Amino acid sequence: MNARRKLVLLLTLLGAAHLVIACAGFCAPYDPTAQDRDRPYAPPMRVHWIDSNAKFHARPFVYAQQLREGSFDEYVSDTSHPIPLNFFVSGAPYKLIGLIPMRVHFFGAEGDGAPIFIFGSDAYGRDLFSRMLYGGQISLLAGLLATALALSCGLLIGALAGFFGGRTDDILMRVAELFLALPWLYLLFAIRAFLPLAVSPLQAFFLVVVLIGTVGWARPARLIRGVVLSAKERDYVRAARGFGATNIYLLRRHIFPQTWSVVLTQAAILVPQYVLAEVTLSFLGLGVPEPAPSWGNILSSLQQYSVLSSYWWMFLPSVAIVCFFLGYLALASALQDAADKSKI
Amino acid sequence: MRYLFRRFLHAIFLLLGVSILSFIFTALAPGNYFDEMRLNPQISPDTVTALRAHYGVDRPIVVRYARWLSSVAHGDLGFSFAYNSPAAPLLWARAWNTLLLTFTATLISWLIALPLGIWSAERKGRVSDVAITSATGLLLAMPDLLLALGLLILAVRTGWFPTGGMVSVGSESLSWFSRIRDLILHMALPVTALVLSTLPLLVRHVRSAMSEVLGAGFLRAAQAHGIPRRTILYRYALPAAAHPLISLFGFSIGALLSGSLIVEVVMSWPGLGPLLLEAILARDLYLVIGGVMLSTIFLVTGNFIADLLLYWADPRIRTS
Repeated sequence: MNARRKLVLLLTLLGAAHLVIACAGFCAPYDPTAQDRDRPYAPPMRVHWIDSNAKFHARPFVYAQQLREGSFDEYVSDTSHPIPLNFFVSGAPYKLIGLIPMRVHFFGAEGDGAPIFIFGSDAYGRDLFSRMLYGGQISLLAGLLATALALSCGLLIGALAGFFGGRTDDILMRVAELFLALPWLYLLFAIRAFLPLAVSPLQAFFLVVVLIGTVGWARPARLIRGVVLSAKERDYVRAARGFGATNIYLLRRHIFPQTWSVVLTQAAILVPQYVLAEVTLSFLGLGVPEPAPSWGNILSSLQQYSVLSSYWWMFLPSVAIVCFFLGYLALASALQDAADKSKI
Repeated sequence: MRYLFRRFLHAIFLLLGVSILSFIFTALAPGNYFDEMRLNPQISPDTVTALRAHYGVDRPIVVRYARWLSSVAHGDLGFSFAYNSPAAPLLWARAWNTLLLTFTATLISWLIALPLGIWSAERKGRVSDVAITSATGLLLAMPDLLLALGLLILAVRTGWFPTGGMVSVGSESLSWFSRIRDLILHMALPVTALVLSTLPLLVRHVRSAMSEVLGAGFLRAAQAHGIPRRTILYRYALPAAAHPLISLFGFSIGALLSGSLIVEVVMSWPGLGPLLLEAILARDLYLVIGGVMLSTIFLVTGNFIADLLLYWADPRIRTS
């Protein structure tokens, strides 16, 4: 019961986190591509409850930041100009989950005064917090789609190899070994090398997804093959075959349901890996290009020494990555525990 | 011996398969190095055609593959268009640096992971075990890219370590002792990033392999004989738990190679990673294939060493 509760808790937390990312338009105060050329590399603003006169405010606020006279990246907080954090404010238009046009944001500054950058801003004065949320949409979706692709390829190939055995099995598993033998980041890079470099963000997105999916099918295929091999020798499967069940029926009705726990555990392991693959590719400029935000290309500005040394907050979006990875890892181990338990 | 021979043959077939796979991918790919050249108005189409013929790019894939194999046999590993030289010298120079990094990282991470994992397995369920397990869980969620970036930011802000590169400017004039010191200082950050990224996995596996063995009867018998705990753990229990760990050793090399690719690029360590990235951006296909092949060779060698170790450590394999 305890393990089950843990699983439910983890699923709820992860689901909530995904919902936040999916509704990035609502949770983010600004458009991810909106630039504020007067405020490049603004540091993260501190959220205050107590003002400079030691007076407590029920509504949290930030101090407006102004560029210091004659400087291009030094900011001074204007303590005489507090910007209260307003909730459910009307702001830049967006489409909720890509469908419903809306203007309401979870928080933001009322009116069009100074902006609120709680994670700071980047070289073009774009809000890093908004970019992090919107970037999650691309990175997570890429990871999820790539996982779905790799798992369905793996399921198909693993089931074929395990079910039919013989020469089919030999050939498929030799090819899988090839894919497993390569250090997989090298393989990913190599295949990327043979594909066109300059592509639109949408093309790049699907390119990355297909790429990761093609590279990643081998490991799940091997695992699923193992499950299928043992499943097809069960007595009830043999009995069904004896009664004249077709191969398709056997696979659909008796074999695939056996693979569920492996597929689910693999999914929880693969999603963070593939999100990381997208992040790495985009970080190196081989994935989703600017101005579309992705976790990888947001971090890629850190490749410049000046950014690295002066603007540490460009590293903040990685907090989101680590949180998601922690969630998925915990989920994977919980699923593994559940699978081990059900076996006994 | 038959076992080792079989493993060796297996490795050779694997390498051949990988090379064929890469060639098939090159053939499927739209565009190549010379297509970019064609866009350059300063180069006449005739020159491009002549160059294509010179490098044999216009031939069918089977011919190209045969040519490439013969160049491998000559020790050239194909030809780099961008550097206008055989790929092998370019690759080897970088490969040593990558090897230096991964070898050191492998050594250090195993040296830390073994005692830590054993300690954690022995104290299963106690505070120190829980602390180690949660720390490794946290580290596991830190991808190598973020570790490398985080360490780099730390280095830049504190100034404790040099950031990027392999040697300081003007290090040639230093005495060999200060040169080694310089190299170690430069290696510290990338090696730390690699160690931190592989450590959690290793510790977890050592812990689970050891805790499976620790309940065994022969260990309790050894304890009853009054053999010291440390001897029991390291001389009796560890060899019994070695089998999965040695397989993990082969696997950890692959993970380290992939990790070092990204760490090298982030920390501008002159290894295979940056070279490969440059080659990809320049569409220098043979260099890319060479890089991939080289990394596969490392991995296969690592697995072969693991097989050798297994052969040495596990009597069951020797007799079968």
